[in-house]
Amino acid sequence: MTPRATPEAPETPVEHTDARWNSRFWGHTQGAEALRAKPTVRVLEEACPGAVTGAEDRCGDLSLTVRAQDLVRVATTLRDHPELRYNMLLDVCGLDRMLLPEGDGGERFHAVYHFYSMTQGKRVRLHVPLDSEKPEVDSLVPLYASANWGEREVFDMYGFKFRGHPDLRRILCHEEFVGHPLRKDYPPDRRHMLSRTYSSFPGLPADTPEGQRVSVMEGDVEKIYINLGPSHPATHGTFRIQARLDGEIIDESRTEIGYLHRCFEKMCEAHTFVQIFPFTDRLNYLSAFNNNVGYAMAVEKLLGLEIPERAVAIRVILMEFGRIMDHMVTIGTNLVDMGALTNFWYAYLPREEIYTLIEACCGARLTVSYGRIGGVSQDVPENFVALAHGVLDRLPEFVDYIDQLITKNVIFQKRTRGVGVLPRDRALSYAWSGPVLRATGVQFDLRRAHPYYGYETYDFEIPVRTGGDVYDRYVIRMQEIRESMKIIRQALERFPGGPHIVDDWTVALPPKNEVYTNIEALMAHFKLVMHGAKVPAGEVYSYTESPVGELGFYLVADGGPKPYRLHCRAPGYYIFSAIDENLKGAMISDFAANLGSLAIVAGELDR
Amino acid sequence: MVDVKRVTGPTPGMENAANPGPKSEMPREAEPFRQNFITTKLDYFINWGRKNALWPMPFGTACCAIEFMSVVSSHYDLSRFGAEVVRFSPRQSDLMIVAGTVVDKMGPILKTIYDQMPEPKWVIAMGVCASSGGFYRAYHVMQGIDEIVPVDVYVPGCPPTPEGLMHGILRLQDAIQKGETRVQREQALRARHLPDDLPQAVITAADLAKRKGAA
Repeated sequence: MTPRATPEAPETPVEHTDARWNSRFWGHTQGAEALRAKPTVRVLEEACPGAVTGAEDRCGDLSLTVRAQDLVRVATTLRDHPELRYNMLLDVCGLDRMLLPEGDGGERFHAVYHFYSMTQGKRVRLHVPLDSEKPEVDSLVPLYASANWGEREVFDMYGFKFRGHPDLRRILCHEEFVGHPLRKDYPPDRRHMLSRTYSSFPGLPADTPEGQRVSVMEGDVEKIYINLGPSHPATHGTFRIQARLDGEIIDESRTEIGYLHRCFEKMCEAHTFVQIFPFTDRLNYLSAFNNNVGYAMAVEKLLGLEIPERAVAIRVILMEFGRIMDHMVTIGTNLVDMGALTNFWYAYLPREEIYTLIEACCGARLTVSYGRIGGVSQDVPENFVALAHGVLDRLPEFVDYIDQLITKNVIFQKRTRGVGVLPRDRALSYAWSGPVLRATGVQFDLRRAHPYYGYETYDFEIPVRTGGDVYDRYVIRMQEIRESMKIIRQALERFPGGPHIVDDWTVALPPKNEVYTNIEALMAHFKLVMHGAKVPAGEVYSYTESPVGELGFYLVADGGPKPYRLHCRAPGYYIFSAIDENLKGAMISDFAANLGSLAIVAGELDR
Repeated sequence: MVDVKRVTGPTPGMENAANPGPKSEMPREAEPFRQNFITTKLDYFINWGRKNALWPMPFGTACCAIEFMSVVSSHYDLSRFGAEVVRFSPRQSDLMIVAGTVVDKMGPILKTIYDQMPEPKWVIAMGVCASSGGFYRAYHVMQGIDEIVPVDVYVPGCPPTPEGLMHGILRLQDAIQKGETRVQREQALRARHLPDDLPQAVITAADLAKRKGAA
């Protein structure tokens, strides 16, 4: 499918005035010269004159406003220009500016794109204002494969039309849903009931009930349609894949998600900044604390808040434990699908030990809600370092068990080598990240590429392999477990003292003994609980390396107690969007092995 | 354990080759009988069997499913309570554990799977999402699975601790033993008020009243 031809740019370039380079939102003025000197802005000005109508550089995020009719040209330049090479379209989301204070008097709807350039190591965000009555823009699917699901989600949530999109239909909400829930005039709790299930193959003789087998003659070949999920032992969650089989080969598959769409983003708009932590726990619930931190980092970035050393150390240690737990479950369940049940028990025992450690810190096992803006909710127990060392000492035994049973196992290798390969360029086009991308030979880890929390001071390796198959994903995860243990040991050695949360009562609760004895603290406590944390107006995109990949939070705040918009860039969403391409031509028996190795967690996928 | 009344009176002709049993001071003919037979009510006995051989079908959708995995794995070991034979096919199971949020898109599927389970069947709503929608008061989340399927035990928690789920299963076992679950009460009602040849479809209260009046 080719993009629609875009109208020619005006002959005379628009005159650069300083007012043009003001912030779109809240009059945050910056030097026009400094912005124009940035390579991205300069190249775009040369290649697509007049296309960029505004720019802002806030908290290190370069953000450009682009006219809708120029989007495809701008995106092509971003991707292909030798100086830029923005090779990944990380994320597409929407923004309804209906309730924002008048910033630039612009359009109500914006489509928002996040690009990343691996060669430059830089990000850019595009705001594309759309017509309020008829929000339409050209699709970026011909340029980036990740635009496919990204644009479908925006269509579902906001109702923007993407011209030229091959399959523009709802993706998260069900088929009988009416309206677009993330628009500001949609009430958070208005439900629409679904009366039946629908088939993803509209051409079937009838929409088949779950599990019913249908075969269709195509010429003299019999094609069998089968349905897997959403309640299927190999899906570990709620995905549904319908496939047309030619014998045992998957001819075409169509994936349906949204069976766990819990309205995370709408819920965030209805709760205060601190109340959102429990919702983030339930995104990737295998490593809940990593999501806490990902979200907290976004808010702290907007606040410009430095968090105490001890909080940083606690976060690093527990995030790495989270990575270990997540990989343990991924490996364990992936092996169960291939019939190796024993490893599941080996993977689960150390998990219990880590759970106990986390329970000692915050009282919860799985959904911890331990993160807070500016630190963590409470200090770790006194014997934390000893406890963590105890867990670390017992962990390698279990990892070794799995290693000895599986890594050189011939049966395992025959089932996984060369299975589920996605070529590197396609993986980048789908905006893959994390272990699955590293298995295709791209040595990219945010902890190394854009270090945060002092990761640059730790000694650890980024495992990388080139096969891109299920086996390599498994090996990378096993190696990452060992690397994470190395990081934790180093962090425990230099575990600092001091406060566990910032001493700023406008965002963090005062200590309890102060609240009971000091009127100032009591007032601060009351204000924080009743009115929420004070977060300035603005927008940021913040990212961490979660066990699955790049977990990003795009936060728009209007100065009120609740986020105006919080979009979660779930790594699993974009990894899973490649599944149909990945399964094409594969054996149906390899489906389970492939799906398990992608480490998709439904909570994060559907949000 | 089963509450049995042991028969102690002499019953001739019940000797058993494995237990010739002249050793005790009991009457010679009563001893083998005492060791090998119990008397109880048939209903009680069947319920005792049912409660100790639950075959769960985990309808796991979200975070609670991870805690369910913890419950069945070696640390908590659900098999101590006779409920570890996890079956992913609804036709082979009698206990559906709905672990996790059920959203509107999932509703028809949950109903289909419940309908596929043979009777007698039970449902545990594990966690607040399955019980009431939890803190997701949202446009796409079912506010409790009892909107579409009957629930026997609600286990609170987000997610419940493994001990919490075990407690729920023990409570269900109590109810099954007493014959107090919904499906058992329905069966009892049918047996009392309806002729045997009536198809076992949905029976409304009005039907039952009509039957009663006719009889």
